[in-house]
Amino acid sequence: MPHPFKLSRITRRKWLSGLGWGLAAASFVLVATPLLDILYTVIRKGMSALSFELFTKVTNGISGGLLNAITGTLVLVSGALVFAAPVGILAGIYLSQFGQGRFGRTVRFLDDVLAGVPSIVLGYFSYVTLVIGLGWQFSVLAGSLTLAIMVVPYVARFTEISFMQVPSGLREAGYALGFREFTVITRLALPLALPGILTGVLFAIAIALGETAPLIYTAGWSNFLWNGKLIHEPIGYLTYVIWSFINQPYRSAHALAFAAAFLVILMVLLINVGLNVALRRARPARSGQR
Amino acid sequence: MKLRPFRIVLVLFTSLIPLALLAVLIFLARYSWPALTFNGWHFLVGHIWNLGNLYADPVEQRGVLAPIGADYGILVFIVGTLLTSAIALIIAIPVSLGVAIFLAEGLHSRLRGLLSFVVEMLAAVPSVVYGLWGYAVLTPLVAHTLGPGLRTVMGFIPFFSGAIGSGYGLLAASIVLALMVVPIIAATVRDALAQVPSETKEAAYALGATHFEVVRRAMLPAVRSNIIGACILGLGRALGETMAVLMVSGGALNYFPGNIYSPVTTMASFIVSQLDSAMQDPTGMAVRSLAEIALILFIISVITNVIARLLTGTSRNASPV
Repeated sequence: MPHPFKLSRITRRKWLSGLGWGLAAASFVLVATPLLDILYTVIRKGMSALSFELFTKVTNGISGGLLNAITGTLVLVSGALVFAAPVGILAGIYLSQFGQGRFGRTVRFLDDVLAGVPSIVLGYFSYVTLVIGLGWQFSVLAGSLTLAIMVVPYVARFTEISFMQVPSGLREAGYALGFREFTVITRLALPLALPGILTGVLFAIAIALGETAPLIYTAGWSNFLWNGKLIHEPIGYLTYVIWSFINQPYRSAHALAFAAAFLVILMVLLINVGLNVALRRARPARSGQR
Repeated sequence: MKLRPFRIVLVLFTSLIPLALLAVLIFLARYSWPALTFNGWHFLVGHIWNLGNLYADPVEQRGVLAPIGADYGILVFIVGTLLTSAIALIIAIPVSLGVAIFLAEGLHSRLRGLLSFVVEMLAAVPSVVYGLWGYAVLTPLVAHTLGPGLRTVMGFIPFFSGAIGSGYGLLAASIVLALMVVPIIAATVRDALAQVPSETKEAAYALGATHFEVVRRAMLPAVRSNIIGACILGLGRALGETMAVLMVSGGALNYFPGNIYSPVTTMASFIVSQLDSAMQDPTGMAVRSLAEIALILFIISVITNVIARLLTGTSRNASPV
């Protein structure tokens, strides 16, 4: 005789499972909707604020163009890379090749910790040490160094992972042929690891482009184009426009804020889509890695 | 021993990373030292932030020079930081687990890559753009729709009743923070779920479990420590978040939030909003007290990160891409 209880129990379990999947899918919709709305809002309002002048004129009070901010962002991000790329790449190489000991484990751990330090803390540290302490004032160098400290953990992490993926047989073959450590790493392993390193650098660029808090009290703000001085001279950047101009009660200020947000989002989006496509194409080579 | 210049160069550059971390600690501590002696424990329990009389001659108090009437207490900002982060996590944790389960188990592999990208983009949106969206879209929504709705449903609890105000405040800040924390937790948990041994899953299937029961009863318990670690990682992010919170929190000085719609100030956003006025202090004590806040934030972030890394195990945390 079929047990009526048993049947209803299975039905109930199936219903509950269905409910579980429904909630999981609903969670996804719940986070995807704001993201799409952010992109939609920024693109719609940003596009309508786009004009030719944006790229040819500097900011004049709360109107004008964004040429100073666009070039300023590029200068600051390039400056950050000048410091972060060599340190991050060399640290990543060290961690991947010789990082099994106590020192390597400690650095790997502290690298993660540094990535978790709030950006405003790093900004205030630079304000205290570079802007006031060394008397650099608001400047390109202070801003770039702060961004560099922020992104160096990511460069190191990506470099380490991409060197770990180089087949060890290749290195062993190099040593068997009598190559030096330097030759094996730079001539044999580096070409294979290069795409991964570039991924890390691009990722660092995407982070640095969008940062605001660490720059407010290190780079300052300027309506003028950068005059090439590394210290004693503030510089403009796009994220400052977003933060500062949206609080002004003027339409021209709001338009500039949204235009700046559009440019930042566009660059970040392009980098991320590029990375995603590149990583997906590289997936077969990456399989089997932790 | 043979001298190996290449390896020496590598070690020197590698040492810069721990040195940077050490430098942040030492220089923040050194710079804020006079403030530490001046403020004492009152810093953490006082709820008035008063720069004092900046126009009168400063006087020596407790061994250091400070403006008359200067009083630096950050309890309001500590409460603001803890409340925004706590509410953000209450929203973000269940949603993140849902997203992680959906992405790890609920999709075909082709769609999985595409939808994972949505979560990655959520992590890539700059903080200040979240703030801009909060300003343009979220705060009006909180003021006219979410706030009144929440008050109707939950209004019997005092914390959810009362004036809703302009939309800038605790609720808006928490929602923005939740959005920023979800990708961190979801990505870590998703990666952990993908690493669950197939034997565990097959054993659960063999017992007659449905697919969701396998996830719920066999896989989630297997990654419990990763989930806790991910949540702490998210907490660390929420505690230190600055720009987005600054732009939607309204800013509250010297009073505690009365309900979930009240304006608040967090420690991180206070540093940005106050440095301009703090620089007016000729003794520099206000700027040093802000450095003390930064020092506390630094120590909190190190502690949360250390705990999170220990819980998520020796394997590196999910790479953001």
